[in-house]
Amino acid sequence: MNFRAALWFALTFLGAIPAHAAEIRVAAASDLNFAIKEIIAGFEKKTGHTVSLTPGSSGNLSNQIVQGAPFQVFLAAGREYAQQLEKAGRTEPGSVFIYGTGRIVVWTPRNSPIDIDKLGMESLLHPSVKTIAIANPEHAPYGRAAVAAMEKTNVYARVKSKIVLGESVSQAAQFVQSGAADIGVIALSLASSDPMKQAGRYWLIPASMHPPLEQAAILLKGSSSAARSFHEWMRSPEAVAILKRYGFQ
Amino acid sequence: MNWEAIATSLKLASATSAVLMIVGLPLSYWVAYSQRRWKFLVEAVVALPLVLPPTVLGFYMLVLMGPRSPLGRGYEFMVGRGLPFTFEGLVVASTLYSMPFTVQPIAAAFRTVDRKLIEAAWTLGVSSWDTFLRVIVPQSWTGLLAGFILSFAHTIGEFGVVLMVGGNIPGRTRTVSIDIYDEVQSLNYASAAATSLGLLIFSFLVLSLVYGFGRRRQAGRFSIGFRN
Repeated sequence: MNFRAALWFALTFLGAIPAHAAEIRVAAASDLNFAIKEIIAGFEKKTGHTVSLTPGSSGNLSNQIVQGAPFQVFLAAGREYAQQLEKAGRTEPGSVFIYGTGRIVVWTPRNSPIDIDKLGMESLLHPSVKTIAIANPEHAPYGRAAVAAMEKTNVYARVKSKIVLGESVSQAAQFVQSGAADIGVIALSLASSDPMKQAGRYWLIPASMHPPLEQAAILLKGSSSAARSFHEWMRSPEAVAILKRYGFQ
Repeated sequence: MNWEAIATSLKLASATSAVLMIVGLPLSYWVAYSQRRWKFLVEAVVALPLVLPPTVLGFYMLVLMGPRSPLGRGYEFMVGRGLPFTFEGLVVASTLYSMPFTVQPIAAAFRTVDRKLIEAAWTLGVSSWDTFLRVIVPQSWTGLLAGFILSFAHTIGEFGVVLMVGGNIPGRTRTVSIDIYDEVQSLNYASAAATSLGLLIFSFLVLSLVYGFGRRRQAGRFSIGFRN
């Protein structure tokens, strides 16, 4: 197979296939999109291991893990996924811990005419709002929290037809950040990122308006010792400091 | 630009096109020359990925490859690990997904070979295999090239099937199109734009190449005979 050999050579030559000693495959709910990159950078620097990251909605990632996707650590945006995976026999027993609690915000682009600080949840009812971006409640905990908060404040029934669903909370954030949607209910952790801060403003939804968004660090069955150390890293002072900066409590 | 994802896509497309040249050639030959009455059914099956939503194909592939199907279990028993979320699984899925892009141009090229030449070879006692290699292939090489290039390009651009079967694992199943999707969600528009532009230029070059060859053939005696 000369062709294959040549191809491998070419790809290696491009530096495309680096060889790593220990690679840890991490699946992370996409509310972590920005925070996790900083956490991983710190971990890699300290340990010399490499972390490969797959972002997604907790529901989709959880399904993939049940079907045998080869992840070692799963950072889910809801405790229920830990229970689900435990039942499916995919977790290391007793490994699950909660590394933080997520919050949700109402987010508007910079040029929006809506005064979110004054209106709060009522912002969603503003006449200028044509579309509201949230994560898909079917497989994203942040979507369920958004719906719960809207129901609690009696706006859900009135705005239901204006809701557009992102595949994950980060896609919902992208919808509203790009201006494609007028307003969004997204994760505080995403709203706290630099690109989102530059593009708009947010109003923090009181935690009492939705079920708590407990973030679970799950070690999956058959994980390496390197994976264990990353799992543990999620509650190290370095990681906790970063998580705090992104609004996790 | 994410070079790792680009490398994964290039590897996937090379493997898929290589498999398709092996599987696709006899199939194209059969589609071009068979006199069976139910041939149209096979042609329809081969063309299915052109109209079927990638999610439908991806869903079926996931179920078929999964640990609950006899096929998936058989593979796992022989190889030691399952097909979903692996590079090999992506090659299997992409082979089906890009099948029409190999078979249609090649079969079309085979059909344009002058029947008299083929029969002349036969009457001279040349075997079917030799006729194929020495008469049919030399006269339809632009079709073969188009089949290879189109399936390669189509695999590079595939998204839905890869998302469902591959599971977005960096270095293994995260292809360029998925990388762009991820980058947009992470608000890395600059990176998404750079990779997108790369793909746009690549696709344009590929199609220019294919149509360029087609024109040259049409100017001569034979036509490449795309049927899309």
